[in-house]
Parts: sequence; structure tokens; C-alpha cells
Amino acid sequence: MGQFVYLYRGAERNRSPEQTQEAMQKWMAWFKQLTEKGHIKDPGQPLEFAGKLVKGKQKTVTDGPFAEAKDVIGGYTLVEARDLNEAVELSKGCPIFEVEGAVEVRPVMKLNM
Amino acid sequence: MDPNEHLFRREAGRMVSTLTRVFGVHNLALAEDVVQDAFCRALEVWKFSGVPENPAAWLMATAKHRALDVLRRERTARTFAPELGRLLESEWTVAPAVEELFGANAIKDDQLRMMFSCCNPRLAEEAQVALVLHILCGFSIGEVASAFVSSEAAIEKRISRAKKVLARSKRLFDVRGADDFSGRLPAVHRALYLLFNEGYHGASPESAVRTELCHEAMRLTTLLLNHALAATPATHALAALMYLHAARLPGRIDASGNLSSLVDQDRSRWDSRLVAEGQRFLDLSATGSELTEYHVEAAIAAVHAMARRTENTDWGKIVSLYDTLMTIRPSPVVALNRAIAVAQHEGPERGLEEIRAINSDRLATYPFYHAALGEFEFRSGKPEIAREHFRRALAVARNLMERRFLEDRLAVCERPAAAGSCCDRKARLNS
Repeated sequence: MGQFVYLYRGAERNRSPEQTQEAMQKWMAWFKQLTEKGHIKDPGQPLEFAGKLVKGKQKTVTDGPFAEAKDVIGGYTLVEARDLNEAVELSKGCPIFEVEGAVEVRPVMKLNM
Repeated sequence: MDPNEHLFRREAGRMVSTLTRVFGVHNLALAEDVVQDAFCRALEVWKFSGVPENPAAWLMATAKHRALDVLRRERTARTFAPELGRLLESEWTVAPAVEELFGANAIKDDQLRMMFSCCNPRLAEEAQVALVLHILCGFSIGEVASAFVSSEAAIEKRISRAKKVLARSKRLFDVRGADDFSGRLPAVHRALYLLFNEGYHGASPESAVRTELCHEAMRLTTLLLNHALAATPATHALAALMYLHAARLPGRIDASGNLSSLVDQDRSRWDSRLVAEGQRFLDLSATGSELTEYHVEAAIAAVHAMARRTENTDWGKIVSLYDTLMTIRPSPVVALNRAIAVAQHEGPERGLEEIRAINSDRLATYPFYHAALGEFEFRSGKPEIAREHFRRALAVARNLMERRFLEDRLAVCERPAAAGSCCDRKARLNS
């Protein structure tokens, strides 16, 4: 078993109340499914879409967002899976794809290798 | 039923009503943005943490925080609700003022205020209904369009025009001013009646949408019932009419998913709780001297609800109630319904006479006008003429359910031997 981080990219915007409701129910269902199968290590947190970027030797501070809306990371989840393939397969149930969003699947580096 | 079902739709109306009171009606679009924003936040946060204990309160609190942000950021650039004076302009008073404005007591009448504002006499009735559905019931443009079987472009135009009229009105309707109040109340009744009717008889092919419209109309009518000035006899009559009709909703679709006419319905499927509640409202409506069309329509529905079996229906009473309705609010559809009741009471020939006496210009595209003619010709032993009428009805049928219903009737007419077995049919009009 290994640990993987899902980084959710893309913002949810301009939905009607009923569409918000649907999206909500789909996310709940997906999380429930992963939880029941024991894949959720940490459900994670949502991130604000705007922040600051501190960069370089000068420690220059600039305003976010740093990328186009569709690429901004909106949250993360820590999951457990057999391998990267399984983690990728599991991510395909994520409702974010219905709004042109993306999930970045990144293995957590193992220290004992 | 999941208590969170249609949560966002329901809360949208509450939130936008309160925000509009705080921002002023000219900032309706801003209020809608804040609601949208709160919904996005809810979705982002709840994905990870689950739906909170009291999601409605969570959403309203989020809207309050956003409102405070907006008021702080834009207090020099915009003017907000003029009736709130300078409270929102000072950094010292804005936070406590917002706290107060979002208090339980303050927000109690916000939806009512918005409902009365939407029923602005400068708007056509259909625009008022679309606006109520969009703003107070949280229906998107697409959902309003599908409820009214209209194009999105047409509804978009209707709603954006209506919003402009609303935004130009200096302030939201004052629900404490007794004089204006009783003047505007009939328009509100009418809009809710149309909303309910659209759900009940409307042309939308999706039965789910239709039931929701009925429920929304009932929810908003309950707001009227809970307000001292709005809970008039006419409001009770309107509520009675809605409950007594809604009671029949489970029986309107038979086991195979087809439309079932009133006389054929399995009456054991009617919702007895709603019948009882409707009857209670009808009793409460019988005070004062005003007799509205809602009183009469509710009384007709009550006669049907009282008859455990179709044969026990007091058709004589129904005909006389339709006579009264024709004096209060005459229309070709009311006349047609009256003719159908006459046919039940005195036989198909008399029904045909009555239908022929109606000016049919406005009924030509109404499928159940032709269907009623077909039905009574058939019962008078003239299946060939009946078939002609059913074909005409089919040509103007508005959805699959109506088409299936009419095709079924047409097929029966083509089997003359079966004539005797369906002599109790009548068109769906009262279904």
C-alpha cells in the first residue's frame, strides 16, 4: 500500500441551486464510497482560490491567483491505494471531471526506499 | 424524504430576499452574486467536511459575512438600501447593523416582501410568475423554461426585463403598510395560483418538474398564511384549493405511468392527510363576505374529494359551483369544465349542447376541448365522429403523456364493441 495526494484543479462556478445540489450529492457519494473501501487517509481541506505568492531571494510578494482558474488547486485529499494505477482508477469517480476540472494524482515519497 | 433535498433551491430564495433588503432592491444582481458565492463556498467546504448540522444556518451565516465584506469594500462606491439610512456607511455601525439585519426576527418577512415586490402591477402576470419562480424558488433560467415549456432565450428575456422593472422600483414592497398590502395581495394570489396550475395542468412533459411547482406554490402560500395581514379568507381558500388538488396528485398517474382521468383514478391513492388539511383551510376561508374564484374552485375540489367512489360524486352541486365560477371569473376553460360536469349529471347529449354553446376560438389549441367532444360523441353512440375529434386533439397534444392518453381513447373508439365499458370516462380537465 502507498499513500497518494489528490490535488483538485479547477473552480466550481456559475451553477444553479439545483446543479449545486447535484454536485454536492455526487461529491458526498464519491467520498463515501472511498471511505467505505478504506481509501481515505485524510479527507483534506479546501483552499481559498486567492492568496499570495512569495518568491525569490528578494522574497517578492505578489497577489494570487497564479494560474488560470481551471488550473488553480482548490483542495487536496490524502488517499491510500495499492499503487499509482489504483489511485488513478479511484480518482476517475471524482465529480470534478463533469465541470472540466482535473485531479492531479501524486504519490507521497516513501522514506524507507 | 431527505431534509436536505432541494436545500440550495429553497435557501436561494431566503438568502436573496434578505440580501436584497440589506443592499437595496436596485442591487438585486449583487445580492444574487453573493448567494452564488455562498453556494460555491458551501460546495467547496462541504465536499471535505460533510454537510453541517444546520446547513441552512451555515449558508445564511456565509451570506452575512460576504454581505459585510461587500458593504465595507463598496460603501463609498455604491448606495445601499436607502431605508437603512447611514448605518451601513460607517465602519462603526456597519457590523452591528448587519448582525441585526440578519437576525431571525428581521429576516422573517423577507421572502414575503420579495414575493409582493415580484408581483409588481407593472409586470405582466406571466412575468410575475417567472420572477417568483426564479428569485424565490431558486429555479435557473433553464428550469423556468422547462417548467413553462418555453425557450431559454424567451424566458431569459422575460426575466431580465422583469428584474429591471424590479430594480427600478425605489424600494422593496412594505409588508407593514396595510392599505398597499391588501391592494397587492390579489396579484400575489393570482401568481401563486398560476404557479400551482402550471404544475398541475401544465404542459411540461416531466412529471417531477410539475410536482415541484405545486409544492413551491404551496410553500409560498404557507408564508402568506403565517403572516397576520396576508392570512385572509381568500388566502385560506387558495391554500384549500392547492391542498385538495395536491391530494389527487398520486392518483393522476396510473401504474403504467399513464395519465388517468379523474373518474378513473384509484381514489385510495389520494393523500387523505392533504384532503383533511385542505378541508380545514376551506372551513377557515368561510369567514367574511368576499367570495373569490379560489373559494369556488376549492369547493369543487372538495366535492370530488368527498366522493370515495366516482359514482357518488354530487355532479349537480358541481354544475352549480361552475355556474357561480362563470359569474366570478368566466373563461372558455371554465365553461368547458362546466359542460363536462353537465354531461356527467344529465348525459352526453346535454354535454355536447353546452360545449357547442362555448365560443371555441380560444379552445382550438386546447387538446381537452376536442377530447371532451370526442368523449361525448362516443358515449352518444357516434364513434366515427368521436374519432375525428380525438384526432384533432392528438394534433394539438402538448406532451407524450397527453398523446398516450388520447391515443388510448382513439383506440377505444375504433373498437365499437367496447363502447359500453367506458361510458364513465370524461376528459382530464378536472383530473
